[in-house]
Amino acid sequence: MGFGAFFLLASLEGLVSAAVLALTAAGLSLVFGVMRVVNVAHGEFFMLGAVAAWFVTSLVPGPPALGFLAALAIAPCLVAGIAALADRLVLKRLNYDPDATIVATIGLLYIFQQAALSLYGPEARPVPAPFSIRVQLPWFGYSGYKLAVIAAAAVVLAALWLGLTRTRAGLVMRATQIDRETAAAFGIDTGRVYAGVFALGAGLAALAAVLVVPIQQAHYLMGHDPLLLSFITVIIGGLGSLRGTLVAALVIGLSDGIISVFFSPTLAKIIATLLVALVLVFRPQGLFGGART
Amino acid sequence: MKTLALPLALPLALPLALLALLAAATLLLPPYHEGNLARIMLLATYAMGYNIAFGYTGLLSLGHALFFGAGMYAAGMAAEYGGVPAAPGLALGLLGGGAMALAVGLLALRTSGVSFLIVTMMFAQAGYLTILYNTDVTRGEEGIVLAAALRRIAGFDLAQDDTRYLAAFAIFAVGLIAQALLVRSRFGRVMVAMRENEERSRMLGYSPYRVKLIALVISGLYAGVAGAAYALLFGYMGAGFAAIQNSIAPLLWVLLGGAGTVLGPFLGTAAMFYLTDLAASLTTATLLVTGVALLLLVLFAPKGILGTIRDRWAPWLP
Repeated sequence: MGFGAFFLLASLEGLVSAAVLALTAAGLSLVFGVMRVVNVAHGEFFMLGAVAAWFVTSLVPGPPALGFLAALAIAPCLVAGIAALADRLVLKRLNYDPDATIVATIGLLYIFQQAALSLYGPEARPVPAPFSIRVQLPWFGYSGYKLAVIAAAAVVLAALWLGLTRTRAGLVMRATQIDRETAAAFGIDTGRVYAGVFALGAGLAALAAVLVVPIQQAHYLMGHDPLLLSFITVIIGGLGSLRGTLVAALVIGLSDGIISVFFSPTLAKIIATLLVALVLVFRPQGLFGGART
Repeated sequence: MKTLALPLALPLALPLALLALLAAATLLLPPYHEGNLARIMLLATYAMGYNIAFGYTGLLSLGHALFFGAGMYAAGMAAEYGGVPAAPGLALGLLGGGAMALAVGLLALRTSGVSFLIVTMMFAQAGYLTILYNTDVTRGEEGIVLAAALRRIAGFDLAQDDTRYLAAFAIFAVGLIAQALLVRSRFGRVMVAMRENEERSRMLGYSPYRVKLIALVISGLYAGVAGAAYALLFGYMGAGFAAIQNSIAPLLWVLLGGAGTVLGPFLGTAAMFYLTDLAASLTTATLLVTGVALLLLVLFAPKGILGTIRDRWAPWLP
């Protein structure tokens, strides 16, 4: 294979990670944008989604596609429910104070990890892909499932975008984001909006995890990398700006894929984290910022 | 403030009493608890450093493991590869932690609040990955066990129970007294002013950037010396000490003991250490203990043990 083939392969791998990252980071961005909460437990919602997917697929009999579809429906809803509960029981009682919610979500992170470790165990377990078609490209065959992941993520993100900009629920969310008190004065139940947004953010992370779990095994510590990468994405895109987040996810996912193929992945991560820290120091509005309140 | 009227002796009385108690403990305690207490005193030194940044100056950092790790690796690598003895090793660790805090602070303190938290976390993550990247010299997660011959101070063997306890005690004692004096000094008051109202302090002519930077460097010195001492006294260094969990740990200890109190870091560290120890003997769910402790603290006792006592019963508590 020549350089071109390698580059195509790296780009495809990059697109897959960009798709998963975009979903996960969109959830984090939404929660930060609307609620001003830095959700340190976001990676654990991702992990819970993957673990839930494993449980669902192992319980549902029949062909793998059936179990996978069930997981795709059940896992995100389950995780969203857990998140809504966490919002009611913990975050709401803290009045969404920035420092206190950070400490609280760190606490949630440990609790979720322990729950997964106790109920699911320390092993990494695979979930079978719903189908195994190979798409033949000029130089190599490529997993059809990975291409499906890219497509599915694009569809979900488009739906999210339409939901936020074109529906009443999206309008209510944006109103709460811009001015919580005025929104409340207009009869919006901002408490319910917050619970809904937190659940939606967690659900998106879980959905991303269900999509990725046939490629990458489910493990109770798997939430760490998505959390850091989502942070990086949300910062580069400009804190709280969904459009910036999506653009940044594409840039970071692609460059991560390409750099990891040609250089050491650890070195790529070191450079990425340092760059992000510097972006936050010198351009706090993000590289694509300006489009935020 | 009421405490201003008290003579200097009283605020120092409680720390001195604690030190006396700890000095006596070495004679009474069985070796198991002696080892635990040596560990707790070093980790409490780390927590005191965190307290100076977070408790007194209001800097919520998630990157202190970088300073702890800098001290640990400065002393440990110098000993392992350069044969540097323990005493200069401790000095190296102190300077390593302080220098790292200075470098991070110069950049990170241009931000505040959530951004500061994320920037410190990112720098710490980069440091952790750097240790992993250089696995051929650091041996990454597996770490390096320091030979006993390297762990000697003025002829005393630090691997031996009693000398180890005394070394940890000495470091903790210096740190505790320095902290008690620092927070009562003029500069200590300015630190608290930054925490309470940065704008007003700026209006009074103080530079928030400078004050916070100095506080962070002092905090880094504590973390650095604690890391170096941990490597030299217990003979092991590994990448795990530079990971995010070790940045969360001092936050938890300080919150539990009481942020912005002189004895809170020690109390929180000791309580958490024995709580985890107890939990480990009852169940395997030790992560749960950490998580639930954080949640309960932030929900019901955001000021920690000593902070709550000070609010309710003893406003004079240092």
